[in-house]
Amino acid sequence: MFRSHVLICGGTGCTSSGSQQVAAKLEEEIKRQGLEKEVAVVKTGCHGLCALGPIMIVYPEAVLYSMVKAEDIPEIVEEHLLKGRVVTRLVYQETVSAEGIKSLNDTDFYKKQHRIALRNCGVINPENIEEYIGTGGYEALGKVLTEMTPDEVIQVILDSGLRGRGGAGFPTGLKWRFASGNRGNVQKYVCCNADEGDPGAFMDRSVLEGDPHVVLEAMAIAGYAIGASQGYIYVRAEYPIAVERLKIAIAQAREYGLLGKDIFGSGFDFDIDLRLGAGAFVCGEETALMTSIEGNRGEPRPRPPFPAVKGLFEKPTILNNVETYANIPQIILNGPEWFASMGTEKSKGTKVFALGGKIHNTGLVEIPMGTTLRTIIEEIGGGIPNGKKFKAAQTGGPSGGCIPAEQMDVPIDYDNLIAIGSMMGSGGLIVMDEDTCMVDIAKFFLEFTVDESCGKCTPCRIGTKRLYEMLDKISKGKGTLEDLDKMEELCYHIKENSLCGLGQSAPNPVLSTLRFFRDEYVAHVVEKRCPAGVCKDLLTYQILADKCRGCTLCAKTCPADAITGKVKEPHVIDPAKCLKCGACIEKCRFGAIVKR
Amino acid sequence: MKSLEELKAIRERMQGQVGLRSEDSNNTRVVVGMATCGIASGARPVLTTLVDEVQKRKLNNISVTQTGCIGLCQYEPIVEVMEPGKDKVTYIKMTPEKAIEVLEQHLIRGQIVEKYTLNAENL
Repeated sequence: MFRSHVLICGGTGCTSSGSQQVAAKLEEEIKRQGLEKEVAVVKTGCHGLCALGPIMIVYPEAVLYSMVKAEDIPEIVEEHLLKGRVVTRLVYQETVSAEGIKSLNDTDFYKKQHRIALRNCGVINPENIEEYIGTGGYEALGKVLTEMTPDEVIQVILDSGLRGRGGAGFPTGLKWRFASGNRGNVQKYVCCNADEGDPGAFMDRSVLEGDPHVVLEAMAIAGYAIGASQGYIYVRAEYPIAVERLKIAIAQAREYGLLGKDIFGSGFDFDIDLRLGAGAFVCGEETALMTSIEGNRGEPRPRPPFPAVKGLFEKPTILNNVETYANIPQIILNGPEWFASMGTEKSKGTKVFALGGKIHNTGLVEIPMGTTLRTIIEEIGGGIPNGKKFKAAQTGGPSGGCIPAEQMDVPIDYDNLIAIGSMMGSGGLIVMDEDTCMVDIAKFFLEFTVDESCGKCTPCRIGTKRLYEMLDKISKGKGTLEDLDKMEELCYHIKENSLCGLGQSAPNPVLSTLRFFRDEYVAHVVEKRCPAGVCKDLLTYQILADKCRGCTLCAKTCPADAITGKVKEPHVIDPAKCLKCGACIEKCRFGAIVKR
Repeated sequence: MKSLEELKAIRERMQGQVGLRSEDSNNTRVVVGMATCGIASGARPVLTTLVDEVQKRKLNNISVTQTGCIGLCQYEPIVEVMEPGKDKVTYIKMTPEKAIEVLEQHLIRGQIVEKYTLNAENL
């Protein structure tokens, strides 16, 4: 029996900041102190505070150590685990107060969060099915198979108001109902979309890494509801930890008889296989994803017929996103009313966001629908670093748009985001400060969609390319005001005529920045100026003669030999040679170099 | 897995383990002094006995933790019992056997074992 559990994060964020080495050192020290029978080391999934990784939590005291280094381990083991004295110096400072260590749930980062999909992430060992069962895992599947009819299951999901967490927000129960006809007579499939492709999004990855069994359990429930016996999880090959843990989870579930034949003696059979995607963004689109599982090149096909009618291998199929599945077992156990009591009128429950960009607490947060952007950024996210001003937040990745500061108090849900020209997307939330150029951001996302367009339909293949070229022209100061109007027109063409969601949403970054930051576009076109100082072609670097002391440091640093001048005399930059790399600004100790 | 009972059995076995990781302010806290003085006078077996017994008896609302030296080194091993909304009770000169007595009398039945408390020592 262990008296203490030390949880150490094995998610991607903490692994990259060295949690594996810390864990190894921890085990070694615990052995050295003879505590291996008293203290258990548990490698968990993501706890959300990725910015402060590696993260380590000691229970039962629930003390969180942040940015733990292997060198700190001997002290923590001897002082805390052996002698019971918390090493306050290394504790997450938000929890340290005059009265001692306060609860994690009272910190700004966790206070307003409500973890349903992330319930077990960072709490259990994802490679041990018994830990999942210990927190109530597979009870929902048991309940469904022994007490409920398939139609009752679908009704519960419908009543809960759960909508797809992958982006479009289609009601999950409705999707299941469409695929539920003719049970038992037709082969059907249940698929999980784990092809998370938005730049800056890592919610699904964290669920798969931290709590893989919840996805398996929910897929089995879905299989029972529609009458399918086979499931596929389509996951990116670039998520090696997620793939590994899914493999372990599937093997363990089969071993315990929670996948396979006659589950819980109910006569229901269900099994799951993995399919790895090669990383094409378009394969996150449902029809392209299924085409890829079938073994063909990942290209979308027109709908209808919808997957619920003719999906994978032309059989009725339901496809849900990882986070959607992660909500299902809790809805079954706690009832649809419980789930529907959270959120807004049309968006129920919670949503996981991956916070990134110019924000203090980069990481994962799960908040009730209807929370404002201001709460997420200023309270949970800890605000913008370096005293900079908030400019906009980008949601929905390349399919979404930018939310400007004026809209910060809009409650976030599916419909409100669409109304302000963005979308929920899978939940990436990139925060931008005043140093971000909105033209440059639009260009960045368009470059991404040009790359990722599969080329099957013309509006997307050629339209996005032309759109990108216009943005490029504007960022180089060669655009005209007519270009802005033409761009807008082209955006609508692409939106209306593209085959799949990729093309239909690709112009969103352009449209939303044009809508809220048109003045920045105009500055690029008319004044040939980039207000944020990002677009290189519109910048000139200058040395202020009255501030320059002639120390020659800049001239020595310049990789293009563009700076000339004599010692102790003001230097000059030759604009023809200047690469605008900014190396001189960083070196100058007198603030004599400016970019305008 | 052929029945819900099997699942329930695993859950109950694991609950004591995973339950350790919840933060519940309604829990009774049992704190064992584990500074040098405590360890020297035998706090380790007291601590491990308490942990084992609490888990064996599935007392899910009790968490056993350690603390440092509270300054009464001559009375170590010291065990403090903190129940929500009640005064702290300090037991002194504990042994594994006395600890089990405290567990059975105090933690399960709610009767303070006066003879082992600090008050009985007449400071």
